[in-house]
Amino acid sequence: MAAAALLLSACAGNASSGTSTSGSGNATTASCGSTPINIAENAWTGYAANVAVVDYVLRTKLNCKTKISKVDEQVSWQGFPTGQIDVILENWGHEDLAKKYITDQKVAVDLGPTGNQGIIGWYVPQWMADQYPDILDYKNLNKYADMFKTSESGDKGQLLDGDPSYVTNDKALVKNLNLNYTVVTGGSEAALITALQTATDQKKPLLFYFYEPQYALATIKVARVALPPYTAGCDADPKTVACDYPPYTLNKIARAAFIDAGGPAVNFLKKFNWTNDDQNKVAADIAAGKSYDDAAKAWVEANPDKVAAWLAS
Amino acid sequence: MPSADGGGRRRPAVKWQLLVLLLVWVGLYLAFGGRWPLEDGEPSGIQDWLQNVVSTIGDGRLTNPLFVYVFNPITHALQSAYDTGIWLTQQLGWTGMTAIGTAIALVVAGWRLAVLTLIGFLAFGVLGLWDESMETLVLVAISVFLSVLIGIPLGVWAGMSDRFERFLLPILDTMQILPSLAYLPIITLFFLIGPPSGIVATLVYSIPPVIRLTDVGIRGVASESVEASRSLGATTRQVLRDVQLPMSRRTRIVGVNQTVMAALSMITVAALVATPGLGQAVLAALQVRNVGAAFNAGLAIVVMAIMLDRVISGASRRVGRVAVSRRERLTVWGTGAALVVVGAVIPAVVPSLATWNEAWTHPITAPVNDAFGWVRINVYPITLAFTEWFTTWFINPLESVLTSMPFFITIAMFAVLALIVGYLRTAITAAVCLIACVLLGLWPSSMVTLTQVIIAAALTMVLGMIFGVWTGRSPWADRILRPTLDAGQVLPPFVYLVPCLALFGPTRFTAIIAAVAYAAPAAIKIIGEGIATVPTNTMEATRSVGSTSRQEILKVQIPMARPLILVALNQGIIFVMAMVVIGGLVGGGGLGYDVVSGFSQERFAGLGLAAGIAIVALGIMLDRISQSAGKVRRTAADVR
Repeated sequence: MAAAALLLSACAGNASSGTSTSGSGNATTASCGSTPINIAENAWTGYAANVAVVDYVLRTKLNCKTKISKVDEQVSWQGFPTGQIDVILENWGHEDLAKKYITDQKVAVDLGPTGNQGIIGWYVPQWMADQYPDILDYKNLNKYADMFKTSESGDKGQLLDGDPSYVTNDKALVKNLNLNYTVVTGGSEAALITALQTATDQKKPLLFYFYEPQYALATIKVARVALPPYTAGCDADPKTVACDYPPYTLNKIARAAFIDAGGPAVNFLKKFNWTNDDQNKVAADIAAGKSYDDAAKAWVEANPDKVAAWLAS
Repeated sequence: MPSADGGGRRRPAVKWQLLVLLLVWVGLYLAFGGRWPLEDGEPSGIQDWLQNVVSTIGDGRLTNPLFVYVFNPITHALQSAYDTGIWLTQQLGWTGMTAIGTAIALVVAGWRLAVLTLIGFLAFGVLGLWDESMETLVLVAISVFLSVLIGIPLGVWAGMSDRFERFLLPILDTMQILPSLAYLPIITLFFLIGPPSGIVATLVYSIPPVIRLTDVGIRGVASESVEASRSLGATTRQVLRDVQLPMSRRTRIVGVNQTVMAALSMITVAALVATPGLGQAVLAALQVRNVGAAFNAGLAIVVMAIMLDRVISGASRRVGRVAVSRRERLTVWGTGAALVVVGAVIPAVVPSLATWNEAWTHPITAPVNDAFGWVRINVYPITLAFTEWFTTWFINPLESVLTSMPFFITIAMFAVLALIVGYLRTAITAAVCLIACVLLGLWPSSMVTLTQVIIAAALTMVLGMIFGVWTGRSPWADRILRPTLDAGQVLPPFVYLVPCLALFGPTRFTAIIAAVAYAAPAAIKIIGEGIATVPTNTMEATRSVGSTSRQEILKVQIPMARPLILVALNQGIIFVMAMVVIGGLVGGGGLGYDVVSGFSQERFAGLGLAAGIAIVALGIMLDRISQSAGKVRRTAADVR
C-alpha cells in the first residue's frame, strides 16, 4: 500500500512539473534502486533550473525515479527527519536549520557547494546608472533622495525591500549610513520584480534590494549600488552594521540516510556543480515557458563535458 | 429577528457620544502623537516562547503516543483517501469522469445543470489542466465531505444551545482569521508534507461557514412555528427534524456554498506544502510572473467552483420538491446510466479518444498576457495617481493617528468606543485584544495592519450594501453578477497579485484592493440573500400603502435583512483579515509581512505565529465592536 502510494504520488509530482518519465536511451547499467529520489523544489526560478537539470540527468542518464515536491524552504528541511525529502538543491545559508538538522539531529548532511554564488545588495535599473553614473556610490544617494519619494515613503526616498525569504539589514544600514531614505516592505519576489519591470519600462526611479543569480536579470538590466565593502565580521551586530552583504556560497543539503546508502545518484548529487551563467540560462528558458525537461535537455546537450564530469565515478 | 420598525432606531445620544469621542481622539493625537513609542519586538518574551514550542513539535514523531495513535493514522487515512480518489479518476479517464459528473448532475440537479457540468469538465481539458483539475476535485471532495459531516451537527447543536454557541463562535473566528501561512509549517509537522496537510488546512478554513450558517438558520426559524409544533406535542427531536431543519434549508445551503468556495480558495495556499492540483499551476505561474498562465489556472478553479456550487444548490432545491413523476425519473436515470456506459465504452471502441487530444487544448495564456502587457503600460499612470491620492487622504491620516499615539491612549479610546456602541463586555474584549498585541511585541505592526483593515472593511460594506440590495431586489442582476462574485471569491489572490502590483505598485493601497476584491463578493452575496428573503407578503403590504422603492429599501428590506447584514459584516471583516497576509506580499507590511517572514524563515517562526495571533485579536475586536454597533440596543421600550 505504502509503495503504491509513493508510486502514485510520484506520477502526480512529475505530471505537475511538466516532466515525463519516458527518458531518452543512453542509460547506464548502474542500478539506481526502485525507490524514487525525493527532490525538494523551493519557489524561485534559479532553484527550478537546478531541479530541471538534476532531475533530467537522474532520469535519463542514471535511470533513477524521481519525485519532486514543491515546498517552501523551511518546510523542505522538515522532510529530512521524516524521510519525505532526500535533497535540497540550492540552500541559502539557514544556519539555524543547519544547526538543528545537521549538527543536532544528524539527519542531514552538507553535500557541498552548487558552484553558484549568491549576491545580495542594493540595485537600480540600468537606465538610472546610465543617466546618473554617480548614483552607484551610496555616498551620493542622499543627493537623489527626492527622486525616490513615493506614496509609501513620505518625505524620504524609498528603498524597496522585502523578499521575506532572505536576510536583510537594510533598516540598520539606512540608519547607520545616515541615508535620507526609508525602507518600504514590498513583501515578495513578485513585488520586487514587478516594480523593477515598471521602473524599467516607464523610466521611474527605483532603488531596491535584490539578489543574484536571478532569472529576471537575463531580460532586465540592473546596476548594483556600492555600499561600504564587506569585511569578515562587519555584520556581526545587526544594530551597528554599516557594510555590504557577504557573498553566499550556495550549497546542497541531503538526507543523511540517503547519502549513507550510496550509489551513482549520490555520487552525482555530490559532484553537481555549475556557474551562475549556466543556471541563468536554464532559468531564463523556464521563465520563458519551456518545460523543465526541454530547458534541461537543451543545456545538457550543449554542455556534455560538465555532465560527464558529474557522472564520473 | 428584530421587529421591522425597530431596525434603524438608535438612541440619539450615541451619535453625540461618538462625535465627542472623535474630537477627544484627535485632540489627544495632537497633544501626544509620537510620544512613548513602542518598537516592534518589544517585549519579546512571548515570541521567543512560541519559537521554542514550534521547534520542538514533531521531535517525537515515531515514539510520542499522540503521533503514533492519532496524527499518524489520520495522515495515513487522508493519504489513502486521496490516493484512492486519484486512482479512480485515472481509471475512469477523461471520458469516464466527464460522463459520471454529467450523469450525477443530471440525476440530482436536472438537465440544465448537466449541460453546465459537461461544459465544465470539457473546460478543464481545453485549458490544458485536466490532471491538475482532477487532483483538486479529489481534494475538495474530501474536504467538503468532511466539513459537512462534522459541520452540520455542530451547527445544529450551536443553533439549539446558547452556551455551546458562545463557546464555539470565538473558535470559528480564530479558525477563519488565523492566517493559514502562520500554521501551515506547523500542520506539516503533524501531517507531513503533501495532501494530508493540504486537506487539514483546507478543513480548518472551510468548516466555519457551514457551522455558522446552519446555526443562524436554526435560530432564524420563527419562534411561532417552533411553538406551534411544540404545542401540538412534538418533542425537541421532532421539532428539529420536521420544522427547524426543513425551514432552515435555504440558509444552510448558503453555508455549504461558502464552504465549497472557502475550500477552493485554500487550494493555492495548500500548494505551498506540496499539495497537488491547480494550486501548483498557479504557483508555478506566479514564480515566473506569467500572468496569463496564472489566470488560465485560476479560470479552471472558478469553473470548478461554479459547477460545484450550482449542482449542490440545484440538488438541495430538489430534495424538498414533491414527487417527480415516475416516468420523468426513469428517463433521467436511464439517460444518466446511458451516459456512464458511453463514457466507459468510448476508450475501448475508439482508442484515439482514450486520452485527451492535445489539439483540443487552448489555454487562455497568450491573450491574457497580451492584454496585461497593454494594461501595464497604458493604465499605470492613472492608477498610480489614484493610489497616491487615496493614500494621502485616507491611509496616511488614519495610520498616523493609530501608529504614533501612545499605545495606552489608543487602547483606552477603542475601549470607550466599544462601550458607547456596545456593552461593558465589548469594551473589555476590545481592550484585551489590543493589550494582546502589545504583549506579543507587535504593537506598531498591529496598528499598520489595523489601518488597512478598517479601510478595507468599510469599502467592503459599502460595496456589499450597494450591490447586495441590487441583487436582492432584482433576480436578473443576481444572475448576471453571481458568476463574477463566485469568481472573485475563488480566484486565488496569487492570480491577481502581479496585475495588482503592476497597476498599483508595492503599496498599502494594493493590499487594501486585494482584501476588498476577496471580501466584497461574500458580503454582497449574503446581503443579497437577506434582501431577497424578506417575505413577499411583507413586501406586498408595503407596496399596497404606496411606498417608493427608496422607502421600501430603507424602511423595510434593510431592517428586515439585518440579521444577515450582520453576518455579512462579520464575514466581511473575517475575509479582510484573511487577506492581511496576501497584503503583506504586495506592500502592506505590518502583521501580514511578519507572518510571511515566519513562514519563510524558521528563525522567525515565533514572530510569524505571534503575528498570526495578533491578526486574530484585531479581527475579534473589530467584529465585536461592529456587531454590537449593528445590533438594536435593548432599550426599555423593546423589552416586552
